[in-house]
Amino acid sequence: MPETEVKSTFNKSTGLPRKRFYRARAHSNPLSDSHFPVPISPSHVDYSLHFPHFFPGSSKKIQFADIGCGFGGLLISLATLFPETLMVGMELRDKVSEYVKERILSLRVANPGQYQNVSVVRTNSMKYIPNYFEKAQLSKMFFLFPDPHFKEKNHRRRVISPFLLDEYAYVLEVGGIIYTITDVEELGDWMKSCLENHPMFEALTEKELEADPVVKLLSSATEEGQKVARNEGQTFQAVYRRIVPSDQTS
Amino acid sequence: MEEVDSESNNKDGVSEVAPALIAVHPLRSSVAVALGSDLRVFDLLAGCAVSLVVDDSVSGAAFHKDSIRAIRFGANGKLFVSAGDDKTLNIWSPLSSSSWRCISTVSSEKRISAVAISNDGSYVCFADKFGVVWVVDISGFDTNQPLLDKRPTPLLSHYCSIITSLEFSPDDRFILSADRDFKIRVTNFPKKPLNGAHEIQSFCLGHTEFVSCLAFFQAQKYPQRLLSGSGDSTVRLWVISSGALLDTCEVATKAGLLEANGSGKAEDHGHAVTDLCTTLDGLLVAVAIQSLQGIVLLSHNVSAHTLTLAKVVSIEGEAFVPTCLGYSPSARELWMITGVSGLPGSSHPSFARIRVISGIDVEQDAVVLGDDKIPGGEKLLETLQGTASVDENAFVAAAEAVKTAMCNLLIKKQYSSENRESRKKTRNDRKLKQ
Repeated sequence: MPETEVKSTFNKSTGLPRKRFYRARAHSNPLSDSHFPVPISPSHVDYSLHFPHFFPGSSKKIQFADIGCGFGGLLISLATLFPETLMVGMELRDKVSEYVKERILSLRVANPGQYQNVSVVRTNSMKYIPNYFEKAQLSKMFFLFPDPHFKEKNHRRRVISPFLLDEYAYVLEVGGIIYTITDVEELGDWMKSCLENHPMFEALTEKELEADPVVKLLSSATEEGQKVARNEGQTFQAVYRRIVPSDQTS
Repeated sequence: MEEVDSESNNKDGVSEVAPALIAVHPLRSSVAVALGSDLRVFDLLAGCAVSLVVDDSVSGAAFHKDSIRAIRFGANGKLFVSAGDDKTLNIWSPLSSSSWRCISTVSSEKRISAVAISNDGSYVCFADKFGVVWVVDISGFDTNQPLLDKRPTPLLSHYCSIITSLEFSPDDRFILSADRDFKIRVTNFPKKPLNGAHEIQSFCLGHTEFVSCLAFFQAQKYPQRLLSGSGDSTVRLWVISSGALLDTCEVATKAGLLEANGSGKAEDHGHAVTDLCTTLDGLLVAVAIQSLQGIVLLSHNVSAHTLTLAKVVSIEGEAFVPTCLGYSPSARELWMITGVSGLPGSSHPSFARIRVISGIDVEQDAVVLGDDKIPGGEKLLETLQGTASVDENAFVAAAEAVKTAMCNLLIKKQYSSENRESRKKTRNDRKLKQ
C-alpha cells in the first residue's frame, strides 16, 4: 500500500486524523446484534493494548467511562485534567471509534508523555458494560448528548433508562458520579426523572456542581456541545451521585 | 435478497418447534409434562391422570393456546405454574389428586421464556422475550380462592436479550437470570420487589455461548453455589455473592462427544447443555447434552470446588436425547423426557417419551428403568406420553429440530459480508453516493 494514501486521511500540519474521512450516520441501532469482539469478563480486557505506557506493570484500572464518546472531545480534555486516571470512551459506530483511536494515537505522538491514559473501544455499552467493568470500578460515567429517540416505542433505545441505571449503579463506586447533558428538553426531563426516581442515585447540590471542574466541560468540551453553543441552543444537565440505597427500598 | 428471505422463512418454521418439558412434584406426588400447548399431569399417589380445571371464577383464565416454554412447581409443592408463547402465565393449585384448578392467569405483553417461584411461595417471577423480568405478588393466597386480578410489575431487565433461565437462590436473597449474551446476573431480591430490584450483587461471566440453564444444589448446605450449563458445551460452578468461577467442566469433551483438541468447536453448536439437575446431597449433578443419548453424571467435590465426570448413563435401544430433566429427591429418581411439538413435515408433529433413572446416588448404581418398572406404570405413560407409537426416525428428527430451533433462537446470526452489504443497499446514505 502506498504510504501517501494512508497519510492523506491525516491533517498535514497537525498530524491529526481528518474527520471527513470518518463520517458516519448520526445514529446506530443499539438493538441489533453486531459482531464486534466482546471481552468475556472485565479480567479479559487487555489493558496493555489500550494503555501501553502503563501496562504491563501497573495495577491501575479504568475509572472514567464516556458512554457514546462520539469524536472524543471530552476524553481529550479529561486526559490532561486527570493525567493519572485511566479512562475509556465507548462508541458503537465503527468509523467514529476508529477516528477517536487515530486521534489519540496522533496526540500521543505529538505530545510525548501525554494522552497515555485515554483509550476507546467499539462496543454496545447498553449490552456489554458488565463485560468491561467490575463492580464499583468506575468513579465517573458520562452520557453527553445521547440520541434522543423521541418516539415512545423507541424509548427503550435510550441510553439512560430505569433498568440500565441498575447496571450503571453496579459499575460505579459509592460516591461515583454520573454526568448527563442534552440539548433536547424532553430527553433532559427524562434523564433527570430516571435518575431522581432511582433509589441508588442522588442529585449533586448547586455548590457541589460549581466546585466540580468536570461540570464545565460537559457543554464546552464535546463537538456536540460546541455545536449547540454555536447555535446558541439551550442545554439540560443532570449530575447525580451513586449512593447506598436506604433499607426501605432494598 | 431472495436467498435471505427463503432462509428466514425456513427458520420461522423451525423456531415454532418446542421441546417437551417435565416437572416432578417436590414430594413426588405428581409429574407434569408440557408438550406444545398441552399440559398433562399424572398423580403418582393416586395412580391416575389429573384433570385440569379452568372455570369462570378466574377472569380471563384459559388453557394455553400456544407452546408452553416453562413449567415449575413451588418449593413446597403447593403451587404450579405454566407459561409460554401465548403470553400468559397460569398458576395452578395442585392440592387435589383428581383435579388441579387454575387459580390465576397473568397476562404478559411479550412471550414468556422462563419462570421462577420464590422459595417462601410469596412471589412468582417470569421473563419475557425482551429480557424484562416481571414479578407477581401471590403472598397470602388461599388454595380454594381464586387470586384476584394479579398484575405483573417489572423487576429488572437484561437489555434486549432473551432470558433463558430464572432461579431464586435457596435463601430467597437473590434472583438469578441467565441470558443468550453469555451472562448470568445475580440481583438482590428486595423486601419490596414491586418497586423493582435495583441492586446487582454480581455477574457470573465466563461462558462463551448462550447460558441455557441454571441450578442450585438442593442441599441447603451450599446456598452460595450455582451451576450453569451453556451452548459452549460446559457446565460451570460459581459463587454467586462474588460471581467467581470455581470450576469449568467440559462435559461434551468428557463424555466423548467432542475431540479433546476442541477444533471445529466454534462452528459446531451441536453439543449445547440443555438441562441440569442436582441431587439431594449435592454431590452429583445430572446433565443433559444435545446429541447425547443419555445423561452425564458429574460429581461435585465440595472441598476442592471441582466438577468431575462420574459416569455417562446411556439409554440403550432408542435414540433418546433428553430435552428436559426432573428430579425426585425422596425417591432418588431422575425423570427425563424427550419430545417435541410443532415438528414440520412429520407424521407425528407432537410426541413425547419418558424414561426414569433410579438410584441417582453416589453409593448406588444408576439403572435406567424399563417401561414396566416405571413408577405409575403403563397408566402414567399413557397419560403423559399418549398412546401413539413413534418410530426411531421421528426421535432423531425431533432431536435435530430442537437443536436447530435452539441455535436459531439463541445464537447470533452470521451473515456473509456480501449479504450484509446487500441488506444495506436501500439505506439513504448509500443511495446518495451513487
